[in-house]
Amino acid sequence: MKSKKLSIPYILWMLIFTMIPIVMIGVTAFKDKQGNFSLEPFAKAFGYTNVFMKSLWIALLSTLICLVLAYPLAYMLTRMRKSSQNTVQMILMIPMWMNFLLRIYAWMILLQKNGPLDTALSFLGIHGTYIGNTAAVVVGMVYEYLPFMVLPIYTVMSKIDGNLIEAAQDLGSNNAAVFKKVIFPLSIPGVISGITMVFVPSASTFLVSQYLGGTDDIMIGDVIDKIFWTDQSTGSAISLILMIFIFVFLVLMNLFGDEEAIA
Amino acid sequence: MEQKQKKVLVSLRDIFLRYDGEVILNHINLDIREKEFVTILGPSGCGKTTTLRIIGGFVEPESGEVIFDGKRINGTPPHKRNVNTVFQKYSLFPHLNVFDNVAFGLKLKKLPKKEIKEKVLKMLAIVDLKGYEKRSVAKLSGGQQQRVAIARALVCDPAIILLDEPLGALDLKLRKSMQLELKEIQHQTEKTFIYVTHDQEEALTMSDRVVVMNNGVIEQIGTPEEVYNEPVNAFVADFIGEANILNGIMMGDCRVRILGRELECVDKGFGTNTPVDVVIRPEDVIVTTPEQGQLCGVVESVTFKGVHYEISVRVGRCEILVHSTNSAEPGSTVGLRVIPFNIQIMNKLLPIQSNTIETTVTYADESAQSFEFELEDERITVEGKYIPQGKRVRIHLPFDALSITGSGDGDLKDVYIESVVYKGEQNEIILESDTRKWLMLSDTDEQVATYVPLYFDFSKASFEVIASPDEKEGEA
Repeated sequence: MKSKKLSIPYILWMLIFTMIPIVMIGVTAFKDKQGNFSLEPFAKAFGYTNVFMKSLWIALLSTLICLVLAYPLAYMLTRMRKSSQNTVQMILMIPMWMNFLLRIYAWMILLQKNGPLDTALSFLGIHGTYIGNTAAVVVGMVYEYLPFMVLPIYTVMSKIDGNLIEAAQDLGSNNAAVFKKVIFPLSIPGVISGITMVFVPSASTFLVSQYLGGTDDIMIGDVIDKIFWTDQSTGSAISLILMIFIFVFLVLMNLFGDEEAIA
Repeated sequence: MEQKQKKVLVSLRDIFLRYDGEVILNHINLDIREKEFVTILGPSGCGKTTTLRIIGGFVEPESGEVIFDGKRINGTPPHKRNVNTVFQKYSLFPHLNVFDNVAFGLKLKKLPKKEIKEKVLKMLAIVDLKGYEKRSVAKLSGGQQQRVAIARALVCDPAIILLDEPLGALDLKLRKSMQLELKEIQHQTEKTFIYVTHDQEEALTMSDRVVVMNNGVIEQIGTPEEVYNEPVNAFVADFIGEANILNGIMMGDCRVRILGRELECVDKGFGTNTPVDVVIRPEDVIVTTPEQGQLCGVVESVTFKGVHYEISVRVGRCEILVHSTNSAEPGSTVGLRVIPFNIQIMNKLLPIQSNTIETTVTYADESAQSFEFELEDERITVEGKYIPQGKRVRIHLPFDALSITGSGDGDLKDVYIESVVYKGEQNEIILESDTRKWLMLSDTDEQVATYVPLYFDFSKASFEVIASPDEKEGEA
């Protein structure tokens, strides 16, 4: 009885802030300007297929780069002394205490013409623009989401029983074999939650592409941002499609995770 | 004799290891022969698991040599040693099924698939797990997991199998049947087994030889019969089986005085008037009439144990435990007899008459009748006795002047309980501080291998001022 009463605020919360908005988006997405039922918003939304594809591509690329960077880092972290582990974790987290926009501005300054990167490279005789392209967007996203990849992998890895590593060594594994046969398979749940935590927000992110990308690097989040106040229906339709994409992605990830099930 | 002819497979020579300043293994020497089942037995914290890990290659000794098959293998990593371990908590790989767990070592050896399959299935049959290949290891019972762990180690065909308390997590009945099974597997496979346990019964049941360890030292190595019948000291006697351990005085060869009586025994070479420990197993005490007894006592309690009665007899202030197939009447007076052969004489663990501290007075207060001295970096105050500053003094603390319960941090903060032996009346406790050992008596049972504060009761002490080098006049 008691636990039921305690859960009421949360149920209300979910109802007001999760369920109702989803239903409202669903309803809005099927209305035309006059408020009648219509599939027109979806027709318009499909006009943004290229942007969709580009967004998913950028998100996928950022996730992949995050994974490649984060996995060795997480592995190294688990092998450090406990005090060093905490220090490195702290350093990873500190940028997140700063405002999101500020971090993006910092990258704009770093990458802009005659900015620090340009100046440094010009000494080597290399000149160019490093902002206003897809690469800059990906760099910004990787910077933004790297901690979300490192932490879950690190958490799962640091929970691997040291005795298992000893058992593997005992049975004839050198360090490479220990990694391949024990640490890697047991770290997969961390990898999956890391991918989820990076891919989902980066697919729907906005502003990063506006500030760091070129004109054709606009992402689906930016489209929603731009059109929503003039065309709520199309905005809702795009959101709905994005939600479905993410849902399918999560289901796929979980299926993959189940195959590698850790009992 | 037959044992001696077998080849020595692994030797530990003068192994010494410290961890965080604590001595874990104090110059261990041990030879293990081919096809032998050796058990390393001792209380927790005695260094037995560390000894096993040194053979496995997981721990490197600070000094000393590990010899395997004639070759020094210090520094060889575990994966290059022809040794496999059955770990305490099994340590099965949770992401692999039973088959893949057992096949783990063989796959690393890059054997052909067909051969791996043959070997794994054969091994699973030996450990009685036929048909379990595809099961997830998490869904097996403790006993089954244990068998997978054994199969996984055995299938690699190592020269030695190391087993670290492998039956510790199983219930009693399963443990008993696994003990026999392990012994059977050892016979079948003809491997050398080195088994670590704190369970003396397990050690006696399974082993060809038992190595009894305490506080980083090997106390005794011998067959189960030897360590049971001829323990070298009170620790071994107390740790293995039930025993009456009594204080005695050797009057000469084959004559020992215990409980006020001089009895005949078979041990020689202890000198005359030497304090010794005497062991008499409960099953070796014969209950008879008071007239025929060597000792006389009153029956305090009788407990039926199935095969025998456990009878507690009070002789003077001492309690003697007797196992007898005949019952006795509580409250009655009985005589006790022991044949000379069954009286086992041992050197005292710590042959001292009292705990002696020799020190210099660092501060003295005549009006308060107190003085201070330093011991192992602690400043200790003696109340009720004045000895001038700078004097050399010898303080004799009788065994009952020491205690490990009291208020405050204690005179010495962390002393290690090395052994607790019940002497029929009180527990005789040996403590180890940073630089020395102490002997105390206690009515309460204390936990060995723990750290406790140590308190001195100087009102029971005697003081002796001795000549100090800078002061010629001697005793004041």
